[in-house]
Amino acid sequence: MRLNCPLCGPRDRREFYYVGSEDYLNRPAPDARADAWDDMLYLRTNPAGETKDLWYHETGCGSWLLVTRSTTTHEILSTERIADRKGAK
Amino acid sequence: MPELIAKTALSGQSVNYHGTTLAEADLGQITSIAVFPGKLKTAATALGQPFPKPNSFSTKSGILCWTGPDQAFLIGTPIPDLTGIAATTDQSGGWAAVRLSGPQAANALMRLVPLDLNQFKPGQSARTPLGHMNMVLLREKDGFLLLVFRSMARTAWSEIETALKSLAARAAL
Amino acid sequence: MRLPDKGLIDRSKPVTFRFDGKAYSGFAGDTLASALLANGVKLMGRSFKYHRPRGVLTAGSEEPNALVEVLDEGQQTPNTRATTQEIFDGLAAKSQNRWPSLRWDAMAINDLAAPFLGAGFYYKTFMWPRAFWEGLYEPIIRRAAGLGKLLPKNDEATYEKAFAFCDLLVIGSGPTGLMAALTAARSGASVILAEEDHLMGGRLLADDQKINAAPAMDWVVATLAELQSLSNVRLMTRTTVIGAYDQGTFGALERVGLHVPHRPDLPRECFWRIAAGQAILASGALERPIAFQNNDRPGILLASAAQTYLNRYGVAAGTRVTLFANNDNARRVARQLLAAGVKVAAILDSRPDASALEDCPVYLNAAITGTKGRLGLTSITGHHADGDFQIETDCLLMSGGWNPLLHLTCHQNGRPIWRDDIAAFVPKPGMIPGLTAAGAATGQFSTAACLAAGRDAAQTALGKTAEMALPQAEDTPYTLTALWNVPGKGRAWLDFANDVTVKDVQLSVQEGFSSVEHMKRYTTQGMAPDQGKNSSVGALAVLADATGRGIPETGTTTFRPPYVPVSIAALGAGARGHGFAPQRFLTSDQASRDRGAPMIEAGLWYRPSYFPKPGEKTWREACDREVNMVRAAVGIADVSTLGKIDIQGTDAARFLDLVYTGTFSTLPVGRVRYGLMLREDGFVMDDGTTARLGENHYLMTTTTAAAGQVMRHLDFVHQAYCPAYDLRFISVTESWAQFAVAGPKARALLNSILDAPLADFSFMSCGVAAVKGVTARLFRISFSGEEGYEIAVPTSYGESLFRDLLARAETLGGGPYGMEALNVLRIEKGLITHAEIHGRVTAFDIGAQKMIGKKDCIGKASSQRPGLFGPEREQLVGLRPVSDKQIGAGAHLFNPGDAVIRANDQGYVTSVCYSPTLRGYLGLAFLKDGRARHGQRIRLVDHMRENDVICEICDPVFHDAEGAKLRA
Repeated sequence: MRLNCPLCGPRDRREFYYVGSEDYLNRPAPDARADAWDDMLYLRTNPAGETKDLWYHETGCGSWLLVTRSTTTHEILSTERIADRKGAK
Repeated sequence: MPELIAKTALSGQSVNYHGTTLAEADLGQITSIAVFPGKLKTAATALGQPFPKPNSFSTKSGILCWTGPDQAFLIGTPIPDLTGIAATTDQSGGWAAVRLSGPQAANALMRLVPLDLNQFKPGQSARTPLGHMNMVLLREKDGFLLLVFRSMARTAWSEIETALKSLAARAAL
Repeated sequence: MRLPDKGLIDRSKPVTFRFDGKAYSGFAGDTLASALLANGVKLMGRSFKYHRPRGVLTAGSEEPNALVEVLDEGQQTPNTRATTQEIFDGLAAKSQNRWPSLRWDAMAINDLAAPFLGAGFYYKTFMWPRAFWEGLYEPIIRRAAGLGKLLPKNDEATYEKAFAFCDLLVIGSGPTGLMAALTAARSGASVILAEEDHLMGGRLLADDQKINAAPAMDWVVATLAELQSLSNVRLMTRTTVIGAYDQGTFGALERVGLHVPHRPDLPRECFWRIAAGQAILASGALERPIAFQNNDRPGILLASAAQTYLNRYGVAAGTRVTLFANNDNARRVARQLLAAGVKVAAILDSRPDASALEDCPVYLNAAITGTKGRLGLTSITGHHADGDFQIETDCLLMSGGWNPLLHLTCHQNGRPIWRDDIAAFVPKPGMIPGLTAAGAATGQFSTAACLAAGRDAAQTALGKTAEMALPQAEDTPYTLTALWNVPGKGRAWLDFANDVTVKDVQLSVQEGFSSVEHMKRYTTQGMAPDQGKNSSVGALAVLADATGRGIPETGTTTFRPPYVPVSIAALGAGARGHGFAPQRFLTSDQASRDRGAPMIEAGLWYRPSYFPKPGEKTWREACDREVNMVRAAVGIADVSTLGKIDIQGTDAARFLDLVYTGTFSTLPVGRVRYGLMLREDGFVMDDGTTARLGENHYLMTTTTAAAGQVMRHLDFVHQAYCPAYDLRFISVTESWAQFAVAGPKARALLNSILDAPLADFSFMSCGVAAVKGVTARLFRISFSGEEGYEIAVPTSYGESLFRDLLARAETLGGGPYGMEALNVLRIEKGLITHAEIHGRVTAFDIGAQKMIGKKDCIGKASSQRPGLFGPEREQLVGLRPVSDKQIGAGAHLFNPGDAVIRANDQGYVTSVCYSPTLRGYLGLAFLKDGRARHGQRIRLVDHMRENDVICEICDPVFHDAEGAKLRA
């Protein structure tokens, strides 16, 4: 498997650390209800098809990436640095 | 009172296998320059050269090598005053440096590095692993310059030397 | 039998080797199989289940019968295919799965018992009585199972792994592959041509064809010479591509040193990971056998294999050969044998309407119904258009047609499609992104079609259409009439390797296992080392016939990687012993070893365990002395392994407030604060101290174990939640060598070494100092409970400073202390490590709930959810045995009087030491509602150490709870 780091270019999977769903990006407000935290921390969809998850370019540049890929075809549809995504503050 | 003695990680050692040489390099001062948001241009002015693009380095004054987002290592030369422009940290003793050059240099490294180093041109660099170790890899005119964590220097040395031995044994077939 | 003047072997280089202890000779270029055949040896192995005598069936890596053990310099490699093992001087191989010898095998009794040993025998027989399973059945089956044997010792040989990259990977070097590689190479693309064999050329090596009106090998040699001369081409022989993985990554196994005598440093095998922009699968096709009664005798082999032995190795597989075939292609083999002067007793063609041009008896509408010759074929019987026959023959060639070698196209779960005209499966295009099958792998069997397919595939793959002339070659159509098995009594083998017969498949259907996946598992067809390469399609056809469905409706099992067996040693190349993980050494490493310190692994680091003095017999003696030394004088420990993260920027304080439970924005410059870091789910991630070096400059320390995890976490929080912060941080773990100086005489020691003596420097201060002109950082922090300092210098000076500190400490009655003493000191003081914060404890559990401030921080919301705090939680406590009995970590806690069962479990012990300070054992434990139970008693039960001790529950801080010594 290979992933395209927007800064470093296409790299072997072994350079990356996988953490899981993009849900971790959506941190609720501190006073949000418990179910909002539950959604972020534990509630996962298990799509047959497009999914977005987080990978860390651990032995590369240290960028966290949002990877859009297909769980059925294994195609990588896009990779994006989370720091560069729209709405990041 | 005796002075404190500075030591490099590998005591300056070197080996040669059929014309491919592995040798410790003493790079002198290494400073990490992490430019604060919005300060890339100011940093370039202060440095007297453009801030390096990803996967590249320049040798205008010492070596200025990209090492991550908005981050570069300035090697072999003191840094100018970058207060308020960049976070600077002294990394000099934290890295062990080796140079690998000769006909089998790329082949040996490609036992350990998941990159196409045959296509790696002088001036290119990469953050990429050497085996399981973090590394800053630079392609110089005459070969490769590798920076690995100082504590892992002996492992890095041993793995590269094993690759060189194996290539030498293949060549003898 | 070796024929004169034929083949690609080097007759000027004779080679001597041994098989089953007997010396034979062959030539350079021979495989073990070809050399044995040349010596008239037909019996090469025994089958798996019935221990039937077997000879070679094929001439390639798909060989199911001729599996041998190769002995090499203390190695014994089982299940090596004699058909791919090249011979060399000194090669020693032996047959396997037989005892006492290949000719006389006691387990051949299984063959006589065959009527009872059909498919499902084991499932049915060993069901009852139940109690017999573990004691009787399993040991017997385990002894009988398996083929070759490994030696019961480590494989000490060298293996290698490597990476390679190319625009185009061409898999296979027959006419298709060579033409594809040549086309791509001329266009300037970087090309890797991978070939399993030790020679390039594929089927052209084995056939007797013409290209451009000259011998095909001339074209092969010229093409290879051109490819070799190009710098953009890499030719890889002895390299089997074993798997097609995501994003154009392929695995390949190269046999580097298996064809020469053992040499030091030469890898036996190399496992390649190839990243290819595009790939062409030019793997060719495999001929398939025909199932008829006793079709497995030594001397019965595939026609294409006999052709290979004839043309490539100059070996006639027999002296009186017969051919049984259903296609024209195989008839060529008979003609080539005749041309070479080999006696062909008869051609038996199953088709009623085939031609009969050869200069030997040709029988049409023929079927073989029986064979004779236990250790080697002697005769065959059957019937043909004109009646029955019996023919004396020592070699029978079979050909049931060809199966495209499409395995790799199925590696991502794709299924092939059935083509009636060639009675075979072909790959469906697009099953692996970027991979195109071409040539015989898609069912195009003429050389001319393969050459064109190779060229076209390369041009399409690279998007280039430069003129590229095609060589002229044979273009005869391939025609066959499907024939899978000859009906009749007796056993007709489908899967030679696993002894699966036509009857077994039919029985499977009778017993209800009629889907292809069930049949495979019930009969074990396709589960041997050849993974069904010789049998899957045949078995499927028999299954389809037995169920009355067609083959396409029956479907097929799929193929998974690896294409050929891969040794674990190759996959794990370099990872034995110290190669398993990097070793991290401290700058003090040599100085510690000089003092005889045994080193202990802490993560990847090697740290001194203790520093033995003359006369000390156990580690405990040294450890107790070191603890007393720190408490009474001064001790030095290298603590450089702790993670150190330099954090700068005007938003650094805000950031720390977010990642730590405590508030760091209020920390004055020049001060240090203890910090607790939570995961977002509310559990403790790590702890450590953070110093404020300047208004916008902090230095965070992490535990040794969690340094990597914390860096990853900080990167995530920064990039996910506050990428615009004026904030930069970087690891400086490796940049500083840091030493703990602890004990009542610590200040005196430091004052003797610092360029300026310590002024007011209270507990939790930090600042800059100088040691002989070298800038140092100084922290007043303590992990021992004593007056403690940590001094850090640039790593290059680490060893020098450590040696100096030790020498000075010794003049003050102190010295170095190791990990054992460090652990005792911190347990006495109730300080936690990852033995306690192991991922399942909350701030509440360790009594740090008050450290979660009013502000938001990572993990705060979750830490307040029900279930993560309260009396039902197991809370950190101290334990002291009421007797002087030893206790150990890992023990569980029970209320005295309760039964020792899981339901009554009250908690567990995380850390234990003998405290020379308090003269007794101490433990740290997590106990339900523990903080409310100080002063009560609890029963500690340790089944591992057979310990059962009553302990008193107390505060986890055993020593100097007021911190008077710390602040001295």
